Amino acid sequence: MAELSSHAADERPLPGPVAYLLLVRMWSKSASQYRVSLMLTSFAQLLTTSLDLIAIVVIYSQVQTIADFTLPETLYLYGTTRLAFGLSDLFASGVENLATTIRLGNFDLVLIRPVSSLAQVLADQFTPKRFGKLLAPIITLGWAVNTLPVQWTVLKILVCIDTVVSGFFLYCALWVLTGCISFIAVDAQEVSNSFTYGSEFATEYPLQIFGRPLGLALTFVLPVAFVTWQPSLYVLGHADPFGLPGFLRFASPFAAAALSAIAALAWRACVRRYRSTGS
Amino acid sequence: MTTLLETAEPIILAEHLTKTFTSRKRTGRFHREREDFTAVDGIDLGIASGELVGYIGPNGAGKSTTIKMLTGILTPTSGTLRVAGYEPQRDRVRLARQIGVVFGQRTTLWWDLPLRDSFTLLQRLYKIPPDRFAANLARYTEALDLGPFLDRPVRQLSLGQRMRGDITAALLHDPAVVYLDEPTIGLDVVSKHAVREFLSDLNRRTGTTILLTTHDIADIERLCSRVVAIDHGRVTYDGSLDALRADRDLETVVRELYLGRSLVDTTE
Amino acid sequence: MRVYLTAARLSMRRYLAYRSSAVAGVFTNTVFGCIRAFVLIALWKQKPEINGWDLSDAVTYAFATQALIAPMGIFLSSTDLGPRIRTGDVAVDLYRPVDFQAWWFSLDVGRALGAGVLRSLPPVLFGLLLFPVSLPLIPLRWIEFAVCCVIGFIVSFALRYAASLIAFWTMDERGVTSVLVTAAMFCSGMIIPLTIMPGLLGTVVTHTPWAAIVQMPISVLLGTQSGGFGYAVVFGCLWALGLLVFGRVLTEAARYKVVVQGG
Repeated sequence: MAELSSHAADERPLPGPVAYLLLVRMWSKSASQYRVSLMLTSFAQLLTTSLDLIAIVVIYSQVQTIADFTLPETLYLYGTTRLAFGLSDLFASGVENLATTIRLGNFDLVLIRPVSSLAQVLADQFTPKRFGKLLAPIITLGWAVNTLPVQWTVLKILVCIDTVVSGFFLYCALWVLTGCISFIAVDAQEVSNSFTYGSEFATEYPLQIFGRPLGLALTFVLPVAFVTWQPSLYVLGHADPFGLPGFLRFASPFAAAALSAIAALAWRACVRRYRSTGS
Repeated sequence: MTTLLETAEPIILAEHLTKTFTSRKRTGRFHREREDFTAVDGIDLGIASGELVGYIGPNGAGKSTTIKMLTGILTPTSGTLRVAGYEPQRDRVRLARQIGVVFGQRTTLWWDLPLRDSFTLLQRLYKIPPDRFAANLARYTEALDLGPFLDRPVRQLSLGQRMRGDITAALLHDPAVVYLDEPTIGLDVVSKHAVREFLSDLNRRTGTTILLTTHDIADIERLCSRVVAIDHGRVTYDGSLDALRADRDLETVVRELYLGRSLVDTTE
Repeated sequence: MRVYLTAARLSMRRYLAYRSSAVAGVFTNTVFGCIRAFVLIALWKQKPEINGWDLSDAVTYAFATQALIAPMGIFLSSTDLGPRIRTGDVAVDLYRPVDFQAWWFSLDVGRALGAGVLRSLPPVLFGLLLFPVSLPLIPLRWIEFAVCCVIGFIVSFALRYAASLIAFWTMDERGVTSVLVTAAMFCSGMIIPLTIMPGLLGTVVTHTPWAAIVQMPISVLLGTQSGGFGYAVVFGCLWALGLLVFGRVLTEAARYKVVVQGG
């Protein structure tokens, strides 16, 4: 009988997060077909994330402080931003494939499924090799926290954890926004990539090195200063070299929430536009 | 022209459905002009539940644009559209559970994994009850002879095998409407026959509404009781296959249709 | 000979067509050049002279490295060769009456000219405008620089070519090549100048083939290459020769494998 699938009339569609996890599991299974290659690329990911770390250590082999930050302090910055970025990369970098998907006309295949398009796009081409990116920052952060002469209060611990959490959401929002750019200009993906990867790279160092105008831009225009710089000023006990008000140290969760909201709205608008213009 | 069936609400109902694309073309060095292209121009279409309709027309006529609107991929510029009780524009996700789509030239299956895994994923995505899923899978495995390659990675399958897999994938959740876009393209004679038999049987047995886009005359001849032809965004014929053929060779009739010789409107 | 020139020309034309991709590439290179420049500025402000380099050397280096990424193919894992081996298309290539290695070299030259040159200049110009970048005005230096670039390019090609051939044995070169790309990024001086690397690390890293690809040409340009132009040339040529020979050996082994085992 071709009655409308009656179970569907009562039940709600599969929630986005559940669909996401299902798809991630499928992609992981796909990726593990090439086991040797997977292990090697995981190793390569581990190495690549370590390169920036080695660069910092090499730089500090020449001097004791950079912009008033000692090695453990800079490694704290590196650890928090790298970890937040690595987690967001794990979760959301499927969006990097969106440009190719659209170009091949395969986004239509996404739209005929009864699940959230964002969930499908985020899960695209998921591969376990991305876990390799987490090892270096975790170890570094552990070392830095251990070595730093910081008086750890409950508030500081909370802020430290929140640094990574808010950083994660900020980066995820950036990933989604870069996906949105693919809807508008299919070849602009590399440009938007330079924002995500560039932000991560820039936040590994004390923001001061960029000078005042650029530093302020990175706080209020593209709010990457909230990924780790602002909350870390509090945790590490530094005064703000740009002299910004104290409450900003705790503003990361709000920056993350705001950017995430903007990203969600932008995504909806872009999908709507795609459905209206046929790409 | 209205051919709406009076008995029950049609499962697909389009009224004055229009889709216009705007593009900016360069005319001269610094000048850009807006250019509107109307792919679908105010078509009326009513398909009752259980029909098996052939949707034909020359390339660029507006067929795929229509299908994209029916499936919710594209939003109409104007006009009304209801499919299986939903407005595709607003309820894409809910509608998706009521429809199945088969693309002749693209697969929706997972390339690197066994065919079976794609089906299991679809069960979860479409929330198909386990017993329903098991029964459907068993039935289609037998009807389409999937047994021999159910556990083989999709990338190793032949075109015919993949197509059978895609068809199964589109039907596992018992959709009310199935769209097939060139399902027999590139298949050998034996596979074509198998697919046609299967579709015909499916329609007869379950009453699933089928909308078939094809360039293959034999597909139309063997399967469709009703034919809708579209050209330049407008419906040029909407009626029964027999009336269209009118005792002539179907291929000749269709060719004339494509070339733009207008036919007498044989609808009621 | 003409075959190779044609191959290079066609390859170049193909890459020249990727216009918007080039614009995006320029943007990325400029952004990263700026960030690296800021980092090096912060370092050199603390310690104004390191191993014979001053602040303007370091900043020039930051932008010059970005300029060389594209032509040298640092981030490339293979020039289409790897995927062709994976899909088996390469069997056709192996039976062509041209030298396999030379063929792929020609294609890579085309790529370097078509995709590379477009992206090289703008970041450097940007750096010149807004940063204390200073390029030497001595013509001889530029000639030496060009020679070192050519040698560096050959080394880069030879490395990537040999790495892609691994696919004949492992069926999937992506794992091996991504490890090598990582090594390339670090050892070529892309991340930070090799000159500031201390002790044993510095010694080892400056003797890998990657050193000849980016670090040496720029050092020669800046006039800070220890051992001067002569050393750079000898170093680069030795590695280029060795890797090219290695590549030829691998090619023969691969050809043998395909003929005997049917690939």
